[in-house]
Amino acid sequence: MSNILEVQNLVKQYGDFTAVKGISFDIRDGEIFSLLGPNGAGKTTTISMLSTLYAPTSGDATIAGHSVKQKPMAVRNAIGVVPQDLALYEDLTARENLIFWGQMYGLSGKSLAARVDEVLEQIGLTDKAKDRVKTYSGGMKRRVNIGVGLLHKPNLLFMDEPTVGIDPQSRRAILDTVKDLNKQGMTVLYTTHYMEEAEELSHRVGIIDHGELIALGTRKELTRQVGQTETLILHIGENEDPEALVTALKDIDGVLEVNAIDHEIAVITHAAKDVLAPVVTKANERGIKIHSIDIREPNLEAVFLHLTGRALRD
Amino acid sequence: MIKTFLIGIKDLKLIFRDRAALILMLVAPFLLTLGMGLVTGRFSGSSNTGIADIPVIIVNLDKEQLGNALADVFTVEELAELVEPTFSEDSEAARIAIDEDTAAAAIIIPEGFTRSVIPQQGTFDEEPEALQIEVYANPARPTGAGIIKSIVDEFISRVEEGRISGQTAIFQMIISGRITPQQGEQAGMDMARRLEDSPTDNTLAIKLNTDTSGGEAVQFDVLAYLAPGMALMFLMFTVSYGGRSILAEKAQGTLPRLLVSPTNSAQILGGKVFGIYLTGVAQMLILIGASSILFQLKWGDPLAVLTLVLAAVFGASGWGMLITALARTPAQVGSVGSAVMLIFGILGGSFISLEQMPPAVQMVSKITPNAWALDGFTTLALGGTLSHLSTPITALLTMGLILFLIAVVLFGKKNLAQK
Repeated sequence: MSNILEVQNLVKQYGDFTAVKGISFDIRDGEIFSLLGPNGAGKTTTISMLSTLYAPTSGDATIAGHSVKQKPMAVRNAIGVVPQDLALYEDLTARENLIFWGQMYGLSGKSLAARVDEVLEQIGLTDKAKDRVKTYSGGMKRRVNIGVGLLHKPNLLFMDEPTVGIDPQSRRAILDTVKDLNKQGMTVLYTTHYMEEAEELSHRVGIIDHGELIALGTRKELTRQVGQTETLILHIGENEDPEALVTALKDIDGVLEVNAIDHEIAVITHAAKDVLAPVVTKANERGIKIHSIDIREPNLEAVFLHLTGRALRD
Repeated sequence: MIKTFLIGIKDLKLIFRDRAALILMLVAPFLLTLGMGLVTGRFSGSSNTGIADIPVIIVNLDKEQLGNALADVFTVEELAELVEPTFSEDSEAARIAIDEDTAAAAIIIPEGFTRSVIPQQGTFDEEPEALQIEVYANPARPTGAGIIKSIVDEFISRVEEGRISGQTAIFQMIISGRITPQQGEQAGMDMARRLEDSPTDNTLAIKLNTDTSGGEAVQFDVLAYLAPGMALMFLMFTVSYGGRSILAEKAQGTLPRLLVSPTNSAQILGGKVFGIYLTGVAQMLILIGASSILFQLKWGDPLAVLTLVLAAVFGASGWGMLITALARTPAQVGSVGSAVMLIFGILGGSFISLEQMPPAVQMVSKITPNAWALDGFTTLALGGTLSHLSTPITALLTMGLILFLIAVVLFGKKNLAQK
């Protein structure tokens, strides 16, 4: 399978701050590739460079064989972009928005009209096409936002956190749309800070943190990095001091690693059920009240925790 | 080019769907014009132009029938509130007074003017030497000078009309043998005496303009000053609102989205400018059309009005783009744009005739598109044609061009991609 996108040592600096620190990866034709990372990790900056909105400070990327630095116009013709925030004219109707954006991608006449009808059908807004976008719900606006990115049938679609701030039903519809588009042959670069979305959608995932790509692979490849471990998450009271308990928990047989973040303590072990009792005993001995305990099997969250010592939502 | 056009049309569509913008663009200037028209008595028939006591210096070196008749025109009761004549014997001193901006115009009636028009006894078959009345106009007071010139033009056209028709009639009678050349000379002298009495016809006092090419007399209408004044003031709102949309699109994310489509920056910026220009032209034409229909306002030669509108919007758009290029946020454009709209409205003569303002203010007013365009609209309302608009149109186009160039340089330093 050939690569539709190849990124080589991409760097973006703003003065002294480096938002993206020399990341490299590729995306194969026909796959869904997710960039997973917390807010501020550098996902949007990376997409902005790949979509030619920002010029890279150094490094380069090629999309469908065109350099983002040397051939930005060819790159723009090859990609579709669904930005994180809604980028629509709210005083225009959905149809008028799609017509205008289609014209910006060089469509015109009957082919534009036909394509607009197809996209409206695809995003499920044919009946509401003549209503102004400002009268739509958040989820409907998100669907129009995605529709704009599909108009010219791009080879590669960038979707930057398209489910942020919407209801579960709309979120489900968007995830299904992404899968449908992929089934129809569209390659997708999807950024998210929701581990579940990356797990559900992606053929491969790149985990990004503080501007660095810290892991890359399929879900299986990534969880293998954590090993066959489980994680106990202890939620303790706000007035409790976790540090004393962390030291005590490390002495329990079978405990591999213990990390404390605010009022949560993550205990990594091969068998959670074997260490559960001694963990509770240690907490009681020190008078630390445990509000609740979660047991997590290895997933991308665990991978992120394993690699950074922090939860994705932090 | 097509994308530039499409972006401009999209912006025009968006602004005409914004009720608040429409109120400020179209309803506010219309209502203000209506209100000021009511205050000045335009609609009750007791029209007061707001232009009064135009200082004029009359130098009558002729001292014969026609010279005296013209001087008398400026002292008739009907013009008492409009003009404030002073009489002088020294043409050079009068010119200096105009240069020093103490009056709107000087009328210099040369010695022998009457004899150059009316044949004297025994000289009927001689072609008299053509002498011309000089109207030495003050360029700093175009409206007042225009009105004075109109009065003089009216006087001359009546004299000329009478002289030519009289001569033609007498020559035809001589050729047909109805009268002898000696009788013709006597008839000419009789006609000349009647002509001396006619220029002070009372109708002159209420008709302040020269005849138009079609021969129809045009009245100077207070709304011909107020309506363009208000339209131009709110044109400044439109251009700053249009400029604001560039930064608003940046904040809303539609500008970055345009920048990642296969559309280059020049096409996008050009489209935004075209949208502002198109909106400004549409606003002016709607206001002109509405005032023509509802107030029966005569703006003047349609082609000249259209040309002036195109130039005025170009000049104003330059300011809109400069304000946008200097501002950081849409809110800044809004507040600075509103302030500029009011300041330019005052400086440009939308509320008070510039001729009633101190010379320093008149000088400063030249930076506003309002002043130049209002000068042009007044000229047209007074019967002027496109050929009389070369100065305001050149000034407006030059202003627009310079401001656009500065704005483009400033935009080049701005990061339009960053939200």
